[in-house]
Amino acid sequence: MSNAVSALNGKTATGPVTVQELGLTGMVTLRGDFEDEGFAAAVTQLTGLQIPDVRQFQTDGVKTVLWMSPDELLVVLPYTEVNAFVTAMNDALAGSHYLVANVSDARAIFSVSGEFATEVLGKNAPVDFEASQFVAGMVRRSRVGQVAAAYWKLDDGSFRVVCFRSVAEYVFGLIATSATAGPVGVY
Amino acid sequence: MSTRLANSGRLIDRSKPVEFKFNGKRFKGYEGDTLASALFANDQMMVGRSFKYHRPRGVVASGAEEPNALFNMGEGGRFEPNQRATTQELFDGLTIRSQNHWPSLEFDIGAVNQLFARWLPAGFYYKMFIHPRPFWKHVYEPFIRQSAGLGQVPQEKDADTYEHFYYFCDVLVVGGGIAGLAAALKEGQAGKKVLLLEQTADFGGRAVVDGVEIDGKSAEAWVQDTLAALNAMPNVTVRNRNMASGVYDHGYVLGYERLTDHLSDKSGPRHRLWRIRAGHIITATGAIERPLSFAGNDIPGVLLAAAVRDYVVNWGVSVGDRTVVVTNNDDAYRTAIILKNAGLAVPAIIDARASGAGPIAAEVEKLGIRVLKGKAIAKVKGKTRVTGVKVCLQAGEGSVIEEIACDCVAMSGGWSPVVHLWSHCGGKLNWDEDLAMFRPDPSRAPTGADGKAFVSTVGSASGYLSTADVLKDAGLEVTTNEVAAAPLEPVWLMPQGAGPKLRMKAWLDYQNDVKVSDVQLAAREGYESVEHTKRYTTLGMATDQGKLSNINGLAILSKSLDASIPNVGTTTFRPPYTPISMGAITGAARDELFQPIHKTPMFDWHDANGADWEPVGHWRRTYAYVRNGETVHDAVNREILNVRENVGTLDASTLGKIIVKGPDAGKFLDMLYTNMMSTLGVGKCRYGLMCNENGFLSDDGVVVRLAEDTWLCHTTTGGADRIHGWMEDWLQCEWWDWKVYTANVTEQFAQIAVAGPKARQLLEKLGGNMDLSKEGFPFMTYVEGKLGEFDARIFRISFSGELSYEVSVPASQGAALWAALQEAGKDLGVMPYGTEAMHILRAEKGFIMIGDETDGTIIPQDLNLQWAISKKKEDYLGKRAQERSFMASPDRWKLVGLETLDGSVIPDGSYVPAPGYNPNGQRNVQGRVTSTYYSPTLKRGIAMGLVKHGPDRMGEVIEFNREDGTMVKAKIVDPVFYDKDGEKQNV
Repeated sequence: MSNAVSALNGKTATGPVTVQELGLTGMVTLRGDFEDEGFAAAVTQLTGLQIPDVRQFQTDGVKTVLWMSPDELLVVLPYTEVNAFVTAMNDALAGSHYLVANVSDARAIFSVSGEFATEVLGKNAPVDFEASQFVAGMVRRSRVGQVAAAYWKLDDGSFRVVCFRSVAEYVFGLIATSATAGPVGVY
Repeated sequence: MSTRLANSGRLIDRSKPVEFKFNGKRFKGYEGDTLASALFANDQMMVGRSFKYHRPRGVVASGAEEPNALFNMGEGGRFEPNQRATTQELFDGLTIRSQNHWPSLEFDIGAVNQLFARWLPAGFYYKMFIHPRPFWKHVYEPFIRQSAGLGQVPQEKDADTYEHFYYFCDVLVVGGGIAGLAAALKEGQAGKKVLLLEQTADFGGRAVVDGVEIDGKSAEAWVQDTLAALNAMPNVTVRNRNMASGVYDHGYVLGYERLTDHLSDKSGPRHRLWRIRAGHIITATGAIERPLSFAGNDIPGVLLAAAVRDYVVNWGVSVGDRTVVVTNNDDAYRTAIILKNAGLAVPAIIDARASGAGPIAAEVEKLGIRVLKGKAIAKVKGKTRVTGVKVCLQAGEGSVIEEIACDCVAMSGGWSPVVHLWSHCGGKLNWDEDLAMFRPDPSRAPTGADGKAFVSTVGSASGYLSTADVLKDAGLEVTTNEVAAAPLEPVWLMPQGAGPKLRMKAWLDYQNDVKVSDVQLAAREGYESVEHTKRYTTLGMATDQGKLSNINGLAILSKSLDASIPNVGTTTFRPPYTPISMGAITGAARDELFQPIHKTPMFDWHDANGADWEPVGHWRRTYAYVRNGETVHDAVNREILNVRENVGTLDASTLGKIIVKGPDAGKFLDMLYTNMMSTLGVGKCRYGLMCNENGFLSDDGVVVRLAEDTWLCHTTTGGADRIHGWMEDWLQCEWWDWKVYTANVTEQFAQIAVAGPKARQLLEKLGGNMDLSKEGFPFMTYVEGKLGEFDARIFRISFSGELSYEVSVPASQGAALWAALQEAGKDLGVMPYGTEAMHILRAEKGFIMIGDETDGTIIPQDLNLQWAISKKKEDYLGKRAQERSFMASPDRWKLVGLETLDGSVIPDGSYVPAPGYNPNGQRNVQGRVTSTYYSPTLKRGIAMGLVKHGPDRMGEVIEFNREDGTMVKAKIVDPVFYDKDGEKQNV
């Protein structure tokens, strides 16, 4: 495991809005029928969390289950637990129609936090981040600048941003640049 | 003389003087000035020269409609041409230069053009381009080039930064005049999320300048109170210096916010482009005053009447001591009153209407101002500034009755609502005969997805001109101190019977030098459509987009055509409302953020080791690793020979990797690929071809069966996203009941090809728990386990023809594995190789490359890939298309190998000519080259190509063309040049 390095190895830009790459983070794509009792039971049993509603996520602070599409979830968990989780999920769902894929290394994950974090995201994503619209517990799959990204809002008002690993530098640069440029003054 | 007045000036702060430079001269102004007001304060009447005739020009307006006062502004990285003095706020240290003159503003050589104006009418260029031919090069082009363009092009990189911002609201109100404020208040009180944009720094629009009283309080106080109420509402956001530049479908609006243009301190983003989604858009964009068309109406000192009083009230500057007001409506009388009350002289109001003004006439009379009814200006006197006017009858042809000395002319031809934003998405207009203006027709509004209007207008933008009517339109019943106005009389030419001499000096479009006579000429020459006339005369085509000239121009056109104005219609209103900076459009996308570059986990190693980069899609891949003293070509050859003799490593991480899983996955892949994938054994690999429905090759790659219900499909680098989308398209739209899930795991894995006779030795040196022996790990299979301390899946596949493995590890371990391979392989002679070496290695083996051998018109049969097409399958995507007569024709060009007789390399893109010519007069062809390289292995040029009946012509010598017109002879051979029996890869 000493050989494993995340896309930006924890790179951080500190300021009124701080952008931090969160290092190696476990991420697992789950596809299946949410209505299927077996699938739902396996998710809940192995994560301790319910299947979230549309554009929502469930979290216990360690594991997070995010709604990605009508038949896709993203499970975020500690990197070291991924292999065991994938195996357990395969065991639990054996015989049914589903897909489990470890995508931890395919992605980069960032934390964006600070007083005008919302506006920093609003400079780069075509999403209504108005506090009443984009509440904690919500996730969106859209884009940041020119690349695909997903973002969700935590209870403390900070955001998680996930993008493909190959464009981690671009996304970090874009968000950090927008943070340095200062607030807009509307949120 | 234009000068600063002792008192007035509601927007300037006399305690804060600032300095700026005009053509190198130091000028003084105050904070709150616009550049235009500061220039007037310094008696700088002449601000530039016109585009075509280089006539002296002065400021005409006080806002966004200004056509003349455009400057080269700033220096170095902040230099920008065509900056509008009337909207540019003054700041300390601002530097401007006037445009379009040589050698100086005062003495301009190009001004001789106006002596030739008779020979430079509309359409001059179109007519003169043609005859006599040699004149173009020696006379016309130099002349046109010299007169082309107003401002200069920036020479340095933009020193400023820019950004975008996405915003969503229920209601967007455009314009911070009284109508916009009232509309925003109403919507805000209704609980809507409201965004109010005002393009200038100041709120209130005309009402505050004109000194209107609303319900007994001054407009100024009313505006401040309303603004305070809006700012107190959490659901209302108010932004100034933010212009709505365009309205687009689905309630999308661009807002152009200018953050530092008014400041000396340029830190932070200069402009912010707001990308707004609004549920509804209310345009409260007001109206623009129209000039009158009389001879000499472009001489510095002739301004719009409302602008003259703007300068007095807002900035405390007078354009002249003696101002003649010329008008066809009551509104301009306000200018006379304000000037008189400011202690300035108004020798006369020239009113084109025989009946004169309404009740406001009495006020004017009380102030002792002379009113000349039914009169007109025959001509303005003066060259670089106004010295007087000659008065005539409006009804006549221009015989001079008297002359009045003055240094300013304030003109008003009525008002035109600003309908631009209303019209951008198709809002229609009605011609109002009484007010002589185009007004938005609410019954023909721009409509959204629900078929309902998503733009509405309010206030003057709707065509209401009195304060009471404006606020009533915004839903407020108020009483004001305004008196009723007498009807306006449309005046499109002054005097109405003006002869050719006067018409040639009556300007319509100041910036593009279009006169009344030009539009009349266009009409005579048959330009009946207003759009054609616009382009023929260039009316309204300048940077101001005809804000002042359009209505006057089309009125002249309609008269010349004996058609009514609404039948002639307007030209099309297009965004942006006024020019916006390129930087704002770009936003943060510059320098390293210009385009996202996709990097593999090993990118940094490549970069540090001589990588010559090649863009492949958005990826950067190493073309070759160039060592000291090598050319790129040398490096490629070295890398190839090293793979053939020792061992090489290739970063293949960019290859697409898609997991396909489910009970119907086999059936699904059998449809997607031309060959059979459902019968592939678990643990085995198979090369597959994908075609589109039209039968053409779309992608290729190795498919691996990971488990009973799970396959891993490799795609080309550029095909990963496309093929994943293609799969999902079929699964979601056509075969929605098939039980298949896909996942694009391209970036989960770093993949390294290890190729060459010593490849196995190298992997074995890393150790681990996998059997890598020939018997234990046969060709076209894969193993999974520990390679040293890496979590690896190894495929034994070969794209080079050598013993070859593709090692796949989690992307996080990619950089470490790459480094470990270089270290462990030192004594084996390991070298990394790039994409060009990979291309040549595969060409030596006769392997096709998607994008080289295919171009979207090639079917597998063209490439002799029948072996990869299953004959057992009932169907696959492309099967039926490939059975069509043309696709099955034996005359299709087919893949062959090509060997030049002299060993040279056939140029890329070469064709094989055939005898005769086609009906288009082009040479017939019978083949073309698809891949062509120098092979260091064979030490000669090798190529693949598509040739008619090619495989039947083995041994025949054909000729390929070269760019220099000579031909190169090549023999048709088998495309596999190296190791035909495949012994090397099977050791």
